[in-house]
Amino acid sequence: MGTLAVETIGLSRRYGRRWALRDVSLSVPQGSVVMLAGRNGSGKSTLLRVLATALRPDHGSARVAGHDVQAGRDGVRQAVALLGHQSFLYEALSARENLAVAASLLGRPLDPGVLARVGLAARADDPVSSFSAGMRKRLSLGRVLLQHKPVALLDEPYGELDPPGFELLDGVIAELRARGATVVMATHLVEHGRRLCDRALLLDEGQLVWSGPAAEMPLDALRGSAAP
Amino acid sequence: MSVFLAALRKDLLLQWRTRAQLVAVFVFGASALLLFSFAVGPNAGVLRQHAAGFLWLGLLLASTLALADSFESEMAQRALEGLLLLPADPRALYYAKAVANVLQLTLLGVALVPVMVVLYDAGTARVGALVVVVALGAAGLSAPGTLYAAMTAQARARNTLLPLLLFPLVVPALLAAVKATSLLILGDPMGQLRAWTLLLVAFDAVYWSLCGLLFERVVED
Amino acid sequence: MGQGKWPFVAVASGLALLAWGSSWGLAFAPREAYMGDVQRIMYVHVPTAWNAMLVLTFAFACAVVSLVRGGWKWDARLEAAVEAGVVLSALVCAQGSIWARPTWGVWWDWDPRLTTTAVLLFAFGGIMALRQFVDDPVKRATWSAVATVIAYVDVPLVYFSVRWWNSLHQMQSTPETVSRAFHWPLRINAFGVLFLLMGLVELRARTAFLRRETELEPPPSRAAAAVGVAS
Repeated sequence: MGTLAVETIGLSRRYGRRWALRDVSLSVPQGSVVMLAGRNGSGKSTLLRVLATALRPDHGSARVAGHDVQAGRDGVRQAVALLGHQSFLYEALSARENLAVAASLLGRPLDPGVLARVGLAARADDPVSSFSAGMRKRLSLGRVLLQHKPVALLDEPYGELDPPGFELLDGVIAELRARGATVVMATHLVEHGRRLCDRALLLDEGQLVWSGPAAEMPLDALRGSAAP
Repeated sequence: MSVFLAALRKDLLLQWRTRAQLVAVFVFGASALLLFSFAVGPNAGVLRQHAAGFLWLGLLLASTLALADSFESEMAQRALEGLLLLPADPRALYYAKAVANVLQLTLLGVALVPVMVVLYDAGTARVGALVVVVALGAAGLSAPGTLYAAMTAQARARNTLLPLLLFPLVVPALLAAVKATSLLILGDPMGQLRAWTLLLVAFDAVYWSLCGLLFERVVED
Repeated sequence: MGQGKWPFVAVASGLALLAWGSSWGLAFAPREAYMGDVQRIMYVHVPTAWNAMLVLTFAFACAVVSLVRGGWKWDARLEAAVEAGVVLSALVCAQGSIWARPTWGVWWDWDPRLTTTAVLLFAFGGIMALRQFVDDPVKRATWSAVATVIAYVDVPLVYFSVRWWNSLHQMQSTPETVSRAFHWPLRINAFGVLFLLMGLVELRARTAFLRRETELEPPPSRAAAAVGVAS
């Protein structure tokens, strides 16, 4: 079947007394585009953050791109780009400068095409503090693109985007797929995800309750708790 | 090393972009110096005697603002986390931020010197030596200050916690910096300046190495 | 964490030793020729000071182990040791003032050791405050261990800087430097405080450990929901 881009066994993570992830075991084959669905508070963001090594697991284990998230943290980071809820941007710097910072820390020159690709060429030198939420999302997407990583974890990427932004994102995901990258996308746009993705995972209250081909995901998966 | 330089460029650029805040911090420091003279009284001799102490107290108070500011932009949109995930070596990120903070605090200290000269009639001919002492003292504040600023930016009651943790810690640096500055202003008949400067250097050496090692534990989950 | 009864034995024997040593030193030991009865405070002050340094060194050790190996036991011991250190430092400063006032006419004489203890009081008090203001138990453990290491490393630096700073004025004396009396009440008290300390710190650590256990629910049991993995 090919190697696994992501594999978790009994993954659990708490915030204080609340378990945000409970005993999650899943696998994502390399090169697939996976929809991670679930209601607000179901643990999607937490799962993506643990996989990106922004959070450590409290129990269980996870391997991403062949590296353990705790023992091989740097290896995971070299393989994963995260599009998070927060933008990772410096508000006082311009769009171009933000991307330049990321590029310089990756040790490569900034590809000038990235800004145009995400539709921000006209505002490249404006400070991010003057950007709308949708523009910030586009810039964060550009930040993911310039990393050229084999695994992309996207947390609610469609949020705040306008219809052209939707198209942009769809195009980016197609591009990543063509590159052979693995994409795990957390979203509650179930219908859109069914069309776009190969596979789907459903989280409810921190537990994995459904997994299978995206086309078979029940449309009302987010209405009530999905029965196994 | 290149990560350090890239991060340093980022930090200096951020400082330049938010330089209005630095001006505000300077005004805060200058008004502190003014308030000290009101507290002590218009006795020129007494003011001159304690000028070094006032300068460093003012700088210490102002540093809590500047240090806290230096991590605001890092935490607001989780920018620092974004850098760590690239991946970027946390030690390089620490040293870049700490160096940028030293430069900023040295600038602040040097800017407060004329205020000290005017308010307390306390100047020195040995300007170069004074700048060196200010820089070494700023380095002493910056090393643990950068680490604690990163820590408290993630905690509650951050405005209280940073000075609470920092002030007792920097007592040796404060003592040494005040003494050295005082000797430069009032004269150094017994040649003690070197000893105090060496104490500052020792404090800086200890904390620049220790805090660099510990920074990762403070910013990683 | 341990469930043994030894801390209670330690506390009891510590109190007994303290009662013995203190009554001997404060009431029965010969009067010091130059300083008079006030110098008797040395019999309490010196043991407290020794043990303050000891418990803070123990805190440092707990912090290092906590950072290197982790584990809630060491964090619990750190919490207890830092608290004990703050209490003992406060006592040392109070005792120092009680001695200084009739001797020098001032409440504080800037003696290097006493001043270092005062700085330590604030440093470790700050660490206690840090623990209060951090909600995540893991971060709390890591950060207070980091802060303890940083504060402890500062001790020699603080001591030397204060000593040089103060040496420009006359060398102040402390009860210890003029001690010419019996060592025995001193040693008995020192062990008394030590046993008392060990017992109380262990009990306090157990409380902290239990509190951690209630803060952190046990891990979730095996999920009942089946996971269907289609090929």
